[in-house]
Amino acid sequence: MSTFVLLTVTGLGLGAMYFLVASGLSLIYGLMGVLNFAHGAFITLGAYAAWWSTTKVAASYEVELALATAFGLAAGAALGALVELVFIRPLYRRPVEQVLVTVGLALALGALVFGVFGADPKLFELPDWVVDTTSVLGASIPNDRFLEIGAAALVLGGLVALLRLTRIGLVIRAGVENRAMVQALGIDVGRAFTFVFALGGALAALAGVLSGVYYGSVDPARGTSLLIFAFIVVVIGGFGSIGGSAVAAVSVGLVQQYANYYAADWLDWSGAGDVAVMLLLAGVLLLRPEGFAPKVAH
Amino acid sequence: MRLRAYLLPLALLGLLAALPLLPLDAPRLLPGPLDSPGTLQLLALCLAFAGVALSYDLLFGFTGLLSFGHALYFALGVYLPAIALTRWGWGLPAALALLAAVALAVPLALGAVSLRVRGIAFAMVTLAFAQAGNVIVQTNPGGLTGGEEGIVLEVDPLPDALVGVVNTRNLYWLALAYAAAVFLVARVAVGSSAGHVWRAIRENERRVEVLGLRPYPYKLLAFVLAGFLAAWGGFVWLLLVGVTPEVTTATFTLTLLVMVVLGGAGTRFGALLGGFLYTLLDYRLRALSGEERIHELPDVVRVPLSEPLFLLGALFVAVVFFVPGGLASVPARARLLLRRRAAGEAAS
Repeated sequence: MSTFVLLTVTGLGLGAMYFLVASGLSLIYGLMGVLNFAHGAFITLGAYAAWWSTTKVAASYEVELALATAFGLAAGAALGALVELVFIRPLYRRPVEQVLVTVGLALALGALVFGVFGADPKLFELPDWVVDTTSVLGASIPNDRFLEIGAAALVLGGLVALLRLTRIGLVIRAGVENRAMVQALGIDVGRAFTFVFALGGALAALAGVLSGVYYGSVDPARGTSLLIFAFIVVVIGGFGSIGGSAVAAVSVGLVQQYANYYAADWLDWSGAGDVAVMLLLAGVLLLRPEGFAPKVAH
Repeated sequence: MRLRAYLLPLALLGLLAALPLLPLDAPRLLPGPLDSPGTLQLLALCLAFAGVALSYDLLFGFTGLLSFGHALYFALGVYLPAIALTRWGWGLPAALALLAAVALAVPLALGAVSLRVRGIAFAMVTLAFAQAGNVIVQTNPGGLTGGEEGIVLEVDPLPDALVGVVNTRNLYWLALAYAAAVFLVARVAVGSSAGHVWRAIRENERRVEVLGLRPYPYKLLAFVLAGFLAAWGGFVWLLLVGVTPEVTTATFTLTLLVMVVLGGAGTRFGALLGGFLYTLLDYRLRALSGEERIHELPDVVRVPLSEPLFLLGALFVAVVFFVPGGLASVPARARLLLRRRAAGEAAS
């Protein structure tokens, strides 16, 4: 029982990170039709920006972590906006080229991080209470899991409120449904494009920082490994749907954790969790090619 | 005209086949004289990737299928013969027969599943299957794949002519034969009636359906053919380099995409050129980053210059922006520019 609780909470923690990456990807794809491969670079750069800022500030661990998160978020948002303005905007009528450019950026930025910071993982210094465990139903759960789940829940609430209650949210929702119609009504969708890229960059950076807390370190391959699972979450959840992304992220995180423990034990093979997720994706696509949710920003 | 169409590829083939016999030197561009093993190995790799890039172009450039899982079939050609020869102690003919069978069966099965969805969803399913392959290789089930370390290939079952540094020349010719074979197959396939349907699917799949054809079997044919050809490229790589798990990564598939777009998607010579040049640049830039002169530069310049993937990624972005048809479109662009200029002068 205690193992099951630990696996569930850890799966939710993983799912929280997948959700943060996937929600930005999903909005960008839903609104603009761009599959953003550079999102992995947003994750990695956000995490490294946060780590770098902790080496420059000497304060208590709590303050350092808060400052680092803020700095990472700002760096991610700035990078997202920059990529949209400089690389995506000039290619608006060429969707294949837009994807190709993000592929090139992903390779180039990944190599740059590798060149600047080196291959070795950089350790995150964490407050004691984050590393400590709490007993829930007989299971000792590391506290950082609650941090990740809480952050993702806050972001989910914030995103839903943003999409439902604000004007830019209205433009994004309308743009996901029918971009041409929104433009025809005289609304500048271009600003919404830059906005979702900046938002996606910030959320990806937050996922990067939280992954630093989860694993205790950050390395140059972090972005790519999270990105592949986030892609799977986006496809399962349906493009452009925040609610769908949340459900899919939780499913993927849980399936991965359960399969990793139970199937790996049974098959004596440590790759079971990841392969189970790939099979889940293939199964969902074959049964429901459009994903769990139709293309509407909820 | 008919004769000229054959003359150029044949002349190129003859020239490339004669290269290992020429004691020429091209400093900067190549690591040593043309007939030295180091240079021949690099050129052989370039040729192997020219072939693999062309196999990917059959999918992406000619049929319009954006697959992110092509590395899986290449990796099949690297791992399967290595496992058969080294772990199971098979002979070379048996190992190659197994590769031929599996290199048809795996793309047939996975293609049949992933082609049930289109566009981005197809790209994601292929990515997921390739990622599953990567996980299998990395986790080393039953001690077969060797995980991070790969496999040290058992060379006893191989013919002597393909083993050892002195025989690099033979490997070069093998790689050239592979690239030429892929070129020939691609030429026949694209010119066939199925090839015409591929291009029609790329342009407008709905229209193909309206005309009364089912795109699915044609797409599956392209998928299987491309996977099969890539697997043999993997075998050439196995003889040249050996087994490393990096051939199963998503980044490896992305580099194939970069090669094809760099050279010119949807053109045979473009894909060959892209694969060749990308590989050459990758290795030469890596050598360059190790040089003294680079180490003395300030960090701001040194770090980007010593990361080949950064330079190649940046080059790729520049090509997508400024040369949309890839390198293969440059002659046509230049001709158009000259004609416009001539027309402009005539008008004034």
